[in-house]
Amino acid sequence: MAGKRKTVWLWAFWGAFTLILLALSAVTMAYGGPRQLFLIGRTSDAHHQIEMACSACHTSWFGGREAIETGCLSCHEEDLKNSKDNHPAKKFSDPRNADRLAKLDATKCLTCHVEHQPEVTQPMAVTLPGDFCVACHAEVGEDRETHKGLTFDTCAGAGCHNFHDNRALYEDFLEKHVGEPAIRKVAKIALIDWHAMEADMPRPEPATLPDAPASIQADAHVMTDWLGTAHANAGVNCSGCHQPQGAGAGNAASWIAKPGMAQCATCHSGEVKGFTQGKHGMRLAADMWTSKAGLFGLIKDEALGPMRPELARLPMKQKAHGTELTCTTCHQAHDFNRQKAKVEACATCHNDEHTKAYFASPHFKLWQAELAGKAPEGTGVTCATCHMPRLLERGDDGIERVLIAHNQNDNLRPNEKMARAVCMDCHGLGFTLDALADRALINRNFKGRSSVHVKGIDWVERRMRQRGETP
Amino acid sequence: MNIKRIATLAGAAAALALASGCSSGGEAEAPAASIDPQTFTDSLFAVMSSDRAVYTQKVVNRLQNDEKVIKASEHFEDDKALPLPAQMFRFGSEMVSEKTDKFSYQLLSLWPINKQNAPKTDVEKKGLEFISANPGQNFYADEELGGKKYFTAVYADKAVAPACVTCHNGHKDTPKKDFKIGDTMGGVVIRVPVS
Repeated sequence: MAGKRKTVWLWAFWGAFTLILLALSAVTMAYGGPRQLFLIGRTSDAHHQIEMACSACHTSWFGGREAIETGCLSCHEEDLKNSKDNHPAKKFSDPRNADRLAKLDATKCLTCHVEHQPEVTQPMAVTLPGDFCVACHAEVGEDRETHKGLTFDTCAGAGCHNFHDNRALYEDFLEKHVGEPAIRKVAKIALIDWHAMEADMPRPEPATLPDAPASIQADAHVMTDWLGTAHANAGVNCSGCHQPQGAGAGNAASWIAKPGMAQCATCHSGEVKGFTQGKHGMRLAADMWTSKAGLFGLIKDEALGPMRPELARLPMKQKAHGTELTCTTCHQAHDFNRQKAKVEACATCHNDEHTKAYFASPHFKLWQAELAGKAPEGTGVTCATCHMPRLLERGDDGIERVLIAHNQNDNLRPNEKMARAVCMDCHGLGFTLDALADRALINRNFKGRSSVHVKGIDWVERRMRQRGETP
Repeated sequence: MNIKRIATLAGAAAALALASGCSSGGEAEAPAASIDPQTFTDSLFAVMSSDRAVYTQKVVNRLQNDEKVIKASEHFEDDKALPLPAQMFRFGSEMVSEKTDKFSYQLLSLWPINKQNAPKTDVEKKGLEFISANPGQNFYADEELGGKKYFTAVYADKAVAPACVTCHNGHKDTPKKDFKIGDTMGGVVIRVPVS
């Protein structure tokens, strides 16, 4: 009898323990807690910063894969559209592709990109074997003499094709750029001289007298710094950044001592949007919470907070640990020195081979020449030149402006995306593709010549000659 | 008519309006009556082929071939040009696929420039061969794809303007270089899921 009673108690204890564990798990998932316990494998380099914001990807508790797909698209859909994605889902929804989808469901992100699978995760967070193109393009060798005998793991690996973005790799584009020189006669950033139509641009009066409340005491250099900026020149006074919109200039009560990203976004929404899409600012994107208020106040709201160098997987300088990445981390406050933001700010934290090699590279020499006034503006090549390129974007007001891309990861996914937006301003396409395909050369920050040759452009040239066309 | 081939096409009227560009995206009222699949696909093709001919003749052929104002190019954004008529058709098809699953359509050919537009299924092959060998006639069949049954119709897509034949005959990837105006260059394949 005693044994039976003991068994009942053991079952009761086991049941209660299980229920408590389930409840704690549910609370951790729903509100926050030791969420790292639920990580089923190392998160990819792309997402590790936000892995504690589970709901960024797992958008619904019971939504299954569809809910995760929603999460993928919430961050990447616009990029895919801008990339002129060669394999959008809408291309595969036709019933005639049913047999293809059975082999490889190209309508779903998760077919090729599965998170928390470190053993099989390849560059671009691809978790399929590298020869997946064969599923639909098995006959390409019959159609293209140049492709006969090629193995399907070379489609993307050889610098010839990408699954999504082929803007710099499609055949007619290669045709147009066959035989280009390594360095162009005029080698400078194409958009450096671009200005919006004068008539379209608003022309505010420059600000010369600060409109801060009398009670605000600023350091002596603040006025000098501010007066030298484009902000003052465009009429952006103290209240432009230090007061909420509509609060009035001299209102001491509403004064914001340290304006943050939200204030910058008032005027620089495109830049802030890009910032929160890249690895510098993705933790500050909307809904990146690791803890949500609930359970009668027991759990408080907690956002992921800004990125810090010690959280990165790339080598970072020890002395930079603890630095929080916001707009002013690179731009400082008041002087907003754009020259510093282009190189010095980057090298304050980054400590990898590529960054260190920059200071012995030809690109750096060009930058030094520009800084010294020995070369025209736009001929120097900084970190920002390549990683935060100038793009043209039409605003809601219909005016086309130069936008400085602040998602510095965008044109590295994959790096051929950099070819058109940056490299080809100064270099020929063939030279560019070879350089981007040579990892060792990238590590040397492009000092020397590429030891890799991407053959695609040769094949295109050969086809042109076979048709009797002169490249 | 075989009762199984009569698809109760809820929203068929809305789909036709969609294809003709009349829909503004609002919810359409369900039609009072059913429509048989062949009438449905014939009607869709009437809209598609008319729009396609208008774009080819009044826009591309006029501006590119006759008035030489602007070119049409596969890479129209890079080249600051007009989309090709085949692209115009495909973009529409892809947009429709995002709006409804009540029908789907493709432009295919026995002589495709893009090999992905060659016939794949048996019905596509038979249909494209039939319309090429029998001018003026359409091809209708039932087929099963991915475990679902479809009523599939294949209609001839003819060269309606000089731009069609000059571009196709001169393209580096074309397998056929002797198209003439009026020739069947390919076919429009329309599929309607049937229960």
